[in-house]
Parts: sequence; C-alpha cells; structure tokens
Amino acid sequence: MKDAFGAPQSMLVLGGTSEIALATARRLIARRTRTVWLAGRPSPALETAAADLRVLGADVRTVAFDALDPDAHETALGKVFAEGDIDLVLLAFGVLGDQSRDENEPGSAVRVAQTNYTGAVSSGLVCARALQAQGHGSLVVLSSVAGERARRANFIYGSSKAGLDAFAQGLGDALHGTGVHVMVVRPGFVRTRMTTGLPEAPLATTPEAVATAIETGLRRRSETVWVPGALRLVMSTLRHVPRAVFRRLPI
Amino acid sequence: MPADTVSVTGWGRTAPTTARLIRPRSYEEAAAAVRDCGARGGIPRGLGRAYGDAAQNAGGAVFDMTGLDRVHAIDADGGTVLCDAGVSLHRLMEVLLPLGWFVPVTPGTRYVTVGGAIGADIHGKNHHVSGSFARHVLSFELLTADGEIRTVSHGTPLFDATAGGMGLTGVILTATVRLQPVQTSLMSVDTERATDLDDLMARLTATDHRYRYSVAWIDLLARGASMGRSVLTRGDHAPLEALADRTRARRAPLEFRPGSLPAAPAWMPEGLLGRTTVGLFNELWYRRAPRARSGELQRMSTFFHPLDGVPHWNRVYGRGGFVQYQFVVGYGQEDALRRIVHRISQRRCPSFLAVLKRFGEGDPGWLSFPMPGWTLALDIPANLPGLDGFLDELDEEVTAATGRVYLAKDSRLRPELLSQMYPRLGDFRALREELDPRSVFTSDLSRRLGL
Repeated sequence: MKDAFGAPQSMLVLGGTSEIALATARRLIARRTRTVWLAGRPSPALETAAADLRVLGADVRTVAFDALDPDAHETALGKVFAEGDIDLVLLAFGVLGDQSRDENEPGSAVRVAQTNYTGAVSSGLVCARALQAQGHGSLVVLSSVAGERARRANFIYGSSKAGLDAFAQGLGDALHGTGVHVMVVRPGFVRTRMTTGLPEAPLATTPEAVATAIETGLRRRSETVWVPGALRLVMSTLRHVPRAVFRRLPI
Repeated sequence: MPADTVSVTGWGRTAPTTARLIRPRSYEEAAAAVRDCGARGGIPRGLGRAYGDAAQNAGGAVFDMTGLDRVHAIDADGGTVLCDAGVSLHRLMEVLLPLGWFVPVTPGTRYVTVGGAIGADIHGKNHHVSGSFARHVLSFELLTADGEIRTVSHGTPLFDATAGGMGLTGVILTATVRLQPVQTSLMSVDTERATDLDDLMARLTATDHRYRYSVAWIDLLARGASMGRSVLTRGDHAPLEALADRTRARRAPLEFRPGSLPAAPAWMPEGLLGRTTVGLFNELWYRRAPRARSGELQRMSTFFHPLDGVPHWNRVYGRGGFVQYQFVVGYGQEDALRRIVHRISQRRCPSFLAVLKRFGEGDPGWLSFPMPGWTLALDIPANLPGLDGFLDELDEEVTAATGRVYLAKDSRLRPELLSQMYPRLGDFRALREELDPRSVFTSDLSRRLGL
C-alpha cells in the first residue's frame, strides 16, 4: 500500500533497464519500496540492474516482457499481479529510433511506433485492469515533450509519444474514481544512453531529476508532470506558434 | 443490500482507495456481507475518525456499521448500557446524560462509534485514572470470519486481540459498557499556563492525580526558552452544588447542549495553515489563557470536544490532507520527549493544537496503544516538504526509547518498526491466522504494515 505521502511499497517497471526507471526505483527503495519487479527482454543488463537494486535492500525479481509481443503481455504481467498487490507501475520502455534512417526504412519506423505506442497500449491496459481490481495504485507513464508538438527533426518518435500521451490521458480519465491514479510524465532532453551522441537541447535534465519529479508527483497525486517544470510554459508557447514559423525554428 | 463503489479515506484525507461500501441493516445482513465479501476481504468502518487507512480496504468491501445503531438496554441503577457497535458516543451522551450517566472514556471527538472505540481501544483525558475504553467493556458480540457470532467476555484472548485490534478480528455487533455516574452535564475546569516543557512536565507530574481529566495544549512552534509552553486544562464533572441557584443550569443540570458552528466548506485552499497563521493562532491561544484559574464551569462539548463544534474541520487542510502523529514514551524517557519536542520546534512544523498527556497503566489489549508514560499528538499538513523523512527520524527516537505510535492515527509508519513497538504483535498474528486463515478481515492498514 502507498502511505500518506504516496510512497509505494511495491513497484513494477516495464522496461527494466530504463535509466529513468532505475533512478526512480533507487529513490523509492530509500523510502518504502521493498518489492521491485523489473520487466524487460531477458538480458545480462536486466540482471545487472536487478542486482544493483538488491544491494539497496529490496526484493527484486525479473520477468520476461517484450513490448513488441503484445499477445504475451496478459500472461507475463498477470503472473506479477498474482503474486501480490503492485502499488506503482512505471511504464518506462521506449526507443528513439534514428529519424533519417527510419524515414527511408518504413519497417524500422514501424518498430518505433509499435514499441512506444502499441506496446504501451497493450501493456498499459493489462496493468490498468489489474490495478482497478485491487482498487488502488498508480500507473506512471513516461511520455516526452517530443509528443507535445511534432518536430521535423524527430516526428516519428514524437508521433509515437503523442499517441502514448493521449492514450495515457484518456486512460487516466477512464480510471478516475476507481482508486487508480494515472500520471503522465513529460521529460525534456534527458542525458541517458538513449541520447548519447545527440546534440543537447536547452533545459536538458538527468534521470535523477526525473525520478525526483516522479516521487513528488506521486505524493501530490499529480496527473501531469513536466521535467523540468519550466518546460510546461515553454511548450505551451511553442504549441501556439504558427506552422510556417514553427517549421523554420532551429529546434 | 445496498453497495456502492466509493473512494474512501480516513479523517486525514490522505491515500484514498476504492472499495464497495456495504451498509448492513441487520445482524443477518452483516453476517451475509462477511461471508460474501470476496477475495479482497472486508473491514468494518464506523464514523471514519481514524486518521489513516485503518477503515479502508482497496478493491474489497468496507462494512459501514453506522446503520446498526440501536441502544438496546440501559441499566440506570447499575450503570451499564447494551448497544449496537454502530452507536456513536454522541448518541450515547444524548441518551445517558439525562439519566445521570456518562461514557467511561471519550476521545477528542464524540463522533466515534462504540465499535471503533473498542477496535482502536481509544483513550481520553482521564486515561491516567480510568485507562482506555476497553477496560470498561464487559463483553461484546463479535461476528468472525466464519460468519458466526461469538460472545466475547472481558479477560479472554479474543477480547484482548480485538481491543485495539483495528477491526481485524471481526465485526463487533453489540457491546455492554460500564458507565460513569455524573450529577451535572457541566465540567469544573482549572486552567493554568506552563512557561516551558520542563515546567509543564513538573506541573503534570505533581498534581495530575488530583484531577479525573487532564490534558495540556502545547505550542510546538515556540522556540528557545519558551519551547514547550503550554496551557493545562484539567477538571472533573461539576457536582450539583457547584451550580448557582436559580440558573438554567441548576434547573436542568443534566441537559446536553453541544453548540455547533457551520461546517467547513467542501473546498479549502492548500497552505492555509502555514507557519505564520498557525504561529499566530498558537500565540493568541497561549496569551488568551489565564495564568491560573480554577473552578470554571464549562460545557462538556467545550471541554472534551472543541473541534466537534466545526463539522468537517479536517477540510481546512485542503486537498492534500494532513497527518496526525501520536506517540508515547515511557516514564524515565523524558529526555527522548524533550529531544522530539526540540526537533519539532526547530523544524518549525506548523502544528496547531498539539496535545501532551500523561498516561496511566496500560490495558491488556495486544495492540492497545497506551502505556504508562508521556504521549504527544500533533497534526501536520501532509504537503509539508520533507515531512516523510522527518517523521521517520522521530520514529527512530520513539523506538529507541521503547515507545510506540498509535495505529488509529498512523498513515505512514515504516512496517519494520512495528514488532518493536508492539511486542505482542506475534500473538496477534497467530490468533488471526487461526481465527481467520483466509484473511477475510483485511484493511489498507493491515496490508501496509503486515498486521
């Protein structure tokens, strides 16, 4: 159960090697979290991540999960919920893709869309139903500012995140009053493996800062969290820039 | 049977969860509700005055017992009452006072049910004399997980597990309670100020035994030399001769007239109770109190239940809600108490109406909170930054001093500390395992703390 400050005792990470998710897990283990499930494709990296969290004193288990195999989501995640209540589901998987290559290889563009969007729809719905049955819990969805308005430079990734973001908002409204809380997190440029080698955008942030924002959001039962918070203002301005101007902006 | 799916919180309005709220109208309906409550179990709920998650059950059933609220029999000579567990102490006062009887123990609100009073084994300002509520309960009927109704007498293991057992042994249906005789419905109250914490403890230690009721309001925002400054209010039921002749009070000495202000509005802004406002309030409260005054006549509602005058006062903390922290440390651990008060005042926690009290002998309830020593209770807005870690640090102090925190108020304790605070937790778990192997009775509190 979450306590009065929204600190969960158990969590399930979808995308168990995500740096943001692991930073969040480390923070929450320092509070009340004792049970952690890391769901991801079986790999040495996943086991290393689990071992690193175990050192902090949590009971960590891994479960095989592939965003691109939605037919298996029900079974894989059902197994986790059957073992006990999950207070927090952190939907953290996603791929950035390579915009210029993806534009020429529709197949790889589709993989980005399937991972970030349809994979999340499938696993998000499975988790939402399980959370609804237990009458409590938070589903935290890692969206992105890239989904707020599609940019020339990464609209394939951006459109998948836009779909995910809209899905998560709607799911949150659908679950309102069921005891399940859905929180959409929109980080800006986060310095992780995913963005290594990319030119850094303004207001760049770190996985630890995102983790802090998630912890605060859980405490306040927020529905939308921007990291850093200033991005809310920046993006609401950018939203209203005319197309003709927007496409010329150096962003 | 009516069942609504609703969001449920405790009085502190933190950590809402959703449950089916079932309101039984008869004992048979209650038994059926327990038998059919499903895999996520059920938990009885009274008037929802527990601050934390004791009367919530996410995804399961919550039995609203306030529909069963009959007072069955009053023995006006012997001073006992047999009533349903859903009867509130407010109702009992209305019924009993004209007959010259009063409830044996009342907490800071009279809007609690008899069932809740036993389940949390509540205490009041008379704990140093009269002990906790369950001491005055002769027996009760308990609806257990198998759907059977058992009569449980004082002094049996099931009684001791249920007294303070937070509703986890079963649903109390009726109880027989021994009452306190009174001549009037007024209180004779002595008020005095204590200039700091040491002065307060000295005064309480020296003269508490002279009073049936005793409590000190403590200003936790005062720092330096005035840290722990307090207003002590102590008293007893006023005897008939204390009432002046030819007054309304003398003509109707047992009249029960609690006043009430309008309810707090449904929506209040956050942060209304910050350091400035609470500091100002505390200053006024302290200055307004007389340095020493004795024999003042007060209404019962003024003396015992000042906050009941504002219905839904918990809303003043806004959407974020608040946390109440109450702990006890034994006699001989005064240094721990001083350290904790010092830390709270250094941190400038905006806590108004914190209360300090001396407890008397503890009662045999396995998870009953009171033990001989000092208890401090304070309210803090839940959105205060860093409050979670700060209260964890206070828990460490309390545990090191072999004290404990009160489960009826808890919403955030670290589960690992529970067995140190409650040494009979093992017995409680074993009894539950035997009586209720499928964990039919489950609450958010029991899930969170592994009760």
